[in-house]
Amino acid sequence: MTHATTLPFVILLAEDEPADAHLVRTALTENRIRADLRHVQDGREALEYLRQEGSRFADAPRPDLILLDLNMPRMDGRECLAALKQDPALCDIPVVILTTSEVERDVLASYRLGASGFISKPVDMAQFIEAVGNLGNYWINLVRLPGHPVEVVK
Amino acid sequence: MSQAKKLNVLLVEDEPADAHLVRLAFAEGQVPVDLHHVPDGVEAFAFLRREGAYANVPRPDLILLDLNMPRMDGRQFLKKIKLDAALRSLPVVVLTTSDAERDLLDSYQHFAAGFIVKPVDVDDFIKLASGIGDYWVNIVRLPEQN
Repeated sequence: MTHATTLPFVILLAEDEPADAHLVRTALTENRIRADLRHVQDGREALEYLRQEGSRFADAPRPDLILLDLNMPRMDGRECLAALKQDPALCDIPVVILTTSEVERDVLASYRLGASGFISKPVDMAQFIEAVGNLGNYWINLVRLPGHPVEVVK
Repeated sequence: MSQAKKLNVLLVEDEPADAHLVRLAFAEGQVPVDLHHVPDGVEAFAFLRREGAYANVPRPDLILLDLNMPRMDGRQFLKKIKLDAALRSLPVVVLTTSDAERDLLDSYQHFAAGFIVKPVDVDDFIKLASGIGDYWVNIVRLPEQN
């Protein structure tokens, strides 16, 4: 079921908390997931990245998966999710919510807006590593994503 | 992260042999799954709206959707459910023999929460079912039953 490809799997992480972003990076490494992790600080920056706005993001690779925190300054994850699921150029990128929010309303609202998963950040590091490993297994090994069709020869 | 929870899965699949394989694969896996099976999109809506014989069925946590089916196919079903205010929060994972890029893109554009090409071999089917169960039961949180 693994798709042979040399295209790097690109993950865009929108997360304002540097410690949490660091944890995601560590968890990917611990699971030997060779993903190209790009990190932005909030929803507005995520949209700029995805639309390749400004010189910073002119060459930004389109992500295969977006990990989106909910509570962030400027534009939070809820607004960002709504904006990108309404954008025909971006709506096909799967978005998984990764948050400390335990609010049931956030779970339902995220799925209604088109989220492809809602993960409450485990506080325990071992659990967090396991969760990220499983997330990677699902999106990289199990499901097929656009742009990763067949082997690409470099 | 609720380990003891049973996942209610609605499988929309017209091919009895494939439905049998999915059932077998979930039965082999570690994750407790209640699998409900309907043969096409029309029946799936009747199930989700609890019409007729489906008056007492549970609301599924997850839908596994074949694409090529009679009456209402998976493409039509996905478009329709994602426009339905009461049902659109249900995650739908496409499970198909189609590996057409068009179907792949279309499915994600209509908010599919995964696109899986059916494996040919039973062992792969079992691995697949346990991967699906692991992700949707152990890792992600789903809306509470409402």
